[in-house]
Amino acid sequence: MKARVTVTLKSGILDPQGKAIEGALKSLGVDGVASVRQGKVFDIELSGSDQAKAEATLKAAADKLLANTVIENYRVEVLS
Amino acid sequence: MKSAVLVFPGINRERDMARALRLASGHEPAMVWHAETSLPSGTDIVVVPGGFSYGDYLRCGAIAARAPVMDAVRSFAAGGGLVLGVCNGFQILCEAGLLPGVLMRNAGLKFICHDVHLRVERSDTPFTRGYNAGQVIRVPVAHGEGNYEADDETLKRLEGEGRVLYRYCSAQGTVDKPSNINGAAHSIAGIVNEAGNVLGMMPHPENHVEHVMGCTDGRGLFAGLAAHLERAA
Repeated sequence: MKARVTVTLKSGILDPQGKAIEGALKSLGVDGVASVRQGKVFDIELSGSDQAKAEATLKAAADKLLANTVIENYRVEVLS
Repeated sequence: MKSAVLVFPGINRERDMARALRLASGHEPAMVWHAETSLPSGTDIVVVPGGFSYGDYLRCGAIAARAPVMDAVRSFAAGGGLVLGVCNGFQILCEAGLLPGVLMRNAGLKFICHDVHLRVERSDTPFTRGYNAGQVIRVPVAHGEGNYEADDETLKRLEGEGRVLYRYCSAQGTVDKPSNINGAAHSIAGIVNEAGNVLGMMPHPENHVEHVMGCTDGRGLFAGLAAHLERAA
């Protein structure tokens, strides 16, 4: 099964990298960008085919390692 | 003072740290590989040195914080053992849950590598007894992610409980915006845990311990630790 974990900064957490990207987009003349927040995407291949088990595995992976829940939120998706 | 210096792949300040510990205590520190599941018996203090463990992959310190040896460090700390984390070591201790908060990217986005001034906030702790409260020391920093952040509640607790031991300041000891090199909340350079036995700090006191280094302001931290442990023994 293919799965994806998306990790994003919680709102209110300062994101200097996102700010720098936002500035770069503006200087490139990409119009209409109000703000940018940077995050991470993990594409994960899972063995087995049990949807509920897959979600539990992804949640454990995110809680234990992929996200620092002090500053980050995460979302898990089983894609296929 | 029997010290154990943890070694992770990508760490590069472990020898500087071992040298400073040896200088202060007269004892050779044990170098402990990350895959170990126990600490040498009789260890008085565990030191997590600086560097770039696992290439800073995922988040600084995130992978090292989950290494096998960290379970031993956690139980050592829970039993009241002293733990010192410097630079990447501070990041590792935060990621391991031994200290609250997180070290974010420097507010100016640049890697900062130069001497800074720190104000020692109190002298009645094992990590600061070699200094006077309010003393200003000069030590180097070398980091890209040293911007300490925590939620308001945590910051309030840290301040209320006197757990900020080192703060970025001017040469005169003024804590202000220009001296807060990385944008850290409350100009925090070093904090202790609730029990006061785990210190994390971004600057490198181990790099200012001998005259050849141009400054010996970092010595007080190690001398204080050695004195504390001698008295306890």
